Amino acid sequence: MSSLQSLDISLRSATTTSSPIARHQPEVAKLIDVTSCIGCKACQVACMQWNDLRDEVGVTTGAYDNPPDLSTESWTVMRFSEVEREDTTLEWLIRKDGCMHCAEPGCLTACPAPGAIVKYSNGIVDFISEHCIGCGNCVTGCPFDVPRISKTDNKAYKCSLCSDRVVVGLEPACVKACPTGAIRFGTKEDMHDFAAERLVDLKERGYPNAGVYDPQGVGGTHVMYVLQHADRPEIYHGLPKDPHISPLVYLWKGIAKPLAVAAMIGAVFVSFFHYLKVGPIEVADTLPENDRGDGAAHDPNEARTS
Amino acid sequence: MIDHDPRRVDMRPMPPVMVLRYRDRTRMNHWFVAIVFFCAALSGLAVFHPLFYPFVYLFGGGVWARILHPFFGVVMTLGFFGLFLALWRENVMGAGDKAWLKAAPTLLRGDEGDMPPVGKNNAGQKLVFWSAAICLVVLLVTGVMFWQPWFADAFPVPFRRIAVVLHAFAATVLILTIITHIYAALWVKGSIQAMTRGTVSEGWARFHHPLWWRQIKGK
Repeated sequence: MSSLQSLDISLRSATTTSSPIARHQPEVAKLIDVTSCIGCKACQVACMQWNDLRDEVGVTTGAYDNPPDLSTESWTVMRFSEVEREDTTLEWLIRKDGCMHCAEPGCLTACPAPGAIVKYSNGIVDFISEHCIGCGNCVTGCPFDVPRISKTDNKAYKCSLCSDRVVVGLEPACVKACPTGAIRFGTKEDMHDFAAERLVDLKERGYPNAGVYDPQGVGGTHVMYVLQHADRPEIYHGLPKDPHISPLVYLWKGIAKPLAVAAMIGAVFVSFFHYLKVGPIEVADTLPENDRGDGAAHDPNEARTS
Repeated sequence: MIDHDPRRVDMRPMPPVMVLRYRDRTRMNHWFVAIVFFCAALSGLAVFHPLFYPFVYLFGGGVWARILHPFFGVVMTLGFFGLFLALWRENVMGAGDKAWLKAAPTLLRGDEGDMPPVGKNNAGQKLVFWSAAICLVVLLVTGVMFWQPWFADAFPVPFRRIAVVLHAFAATVLILTIITHIYAALWVKGSIQAMTRGTVSEGWARFHHPLWWRQIKGK
């Protein structure tokens, strides 16, 4: 959909110049209230249906997670975590996993193909498959382990936050399908306001550590969670506590590359100007008459042709 | 008109005596590696920095560049292995190499006369050889670690992040090494012929590599 929304692209992979910035859109967000999720997987079905994706029918792994992992055809997956509380009672935490649509997307930072990953000004991070070269760098760039490379077409896939629906004013398919209202969609500001109300409620009901997951390590995300235990996001199937783009990705994509390019181009220039200043090293093809022929150190300048 | 009269005295200077520096096999091996290096370097640079992304069109587009690059890399490394077997002995660093490197700034000012005498290869040439050998090993090992679609999945993401950084670093060092190598060949006249025709003039051998010249002269 990039061609229809070219004015709304705020970040573009492997591009060193500015995107068009004249037009502004409010930032959107999807708010997933883990505390009201019943794990029905209607969101998974809606995602398949809207995006017209049919994953292989797999096998059960002994957990409710089905399919067991994100895939090129399953862009969202319910993660079921059974957590034992201190009073030995069980807490069932169900988190809808998928792309977090980071404000500073690691996938986009790591992507070497110009325009294969874009971030729209509303915050949605989208893969533009026609530009994808299948290198897998988005996988190593992502702090949430979300993108998946297809085994058949070698393209990268992930949740698009239904950018094709959002652009025409519709909510993402998963939001529309959610029967409990656990998934909401709107401007990021509105979602924060709504989450704040939920937190008041949760804290009254005995969850003092309830909070919103909008990790600032990646500049905030456009998919946010309401967590009853926001102090321990790891218990929600390994949701990272402080996600950030790996310093290795920054090292490699940030300062190191321009320096390396400068060094390479510099080396060519230095060589050329060295030649202009010093000139070639040239010796006579034949031996001088007085050469003793023993290979002793000898001043080749004597034998210079010029 | 061409003069075929054998009685005419040829007044042209005697052609220089040539000595063999690189055998046919070594030269062909070298240029095979050189060609594949350019393919690997250009397809790699394309994904290294957006400035170089247009290089993908030399290989049929971005996807083809991504597909071909690792094969270029493997073929280059295999090719270099042949070169390595042929040349490693003459590139072992010796006692005189330290003194040569110390005196190298003199050479860069264009004054070869004060340089310590060198054998088949000077310390700079040896450094190029070892730099290329080490870089290729690093490039091969790290490259396999994120080779899509076959091997990348076998390595955890944190390992692949390290591999990508090391791969880019080794590639930068290798490209800088090769730029130096090419410039040295252009700078020291007679060097390119050594690797194209295999021979150098007696004078070239005598003045640039006196110890080597004495060695072959002694035989």
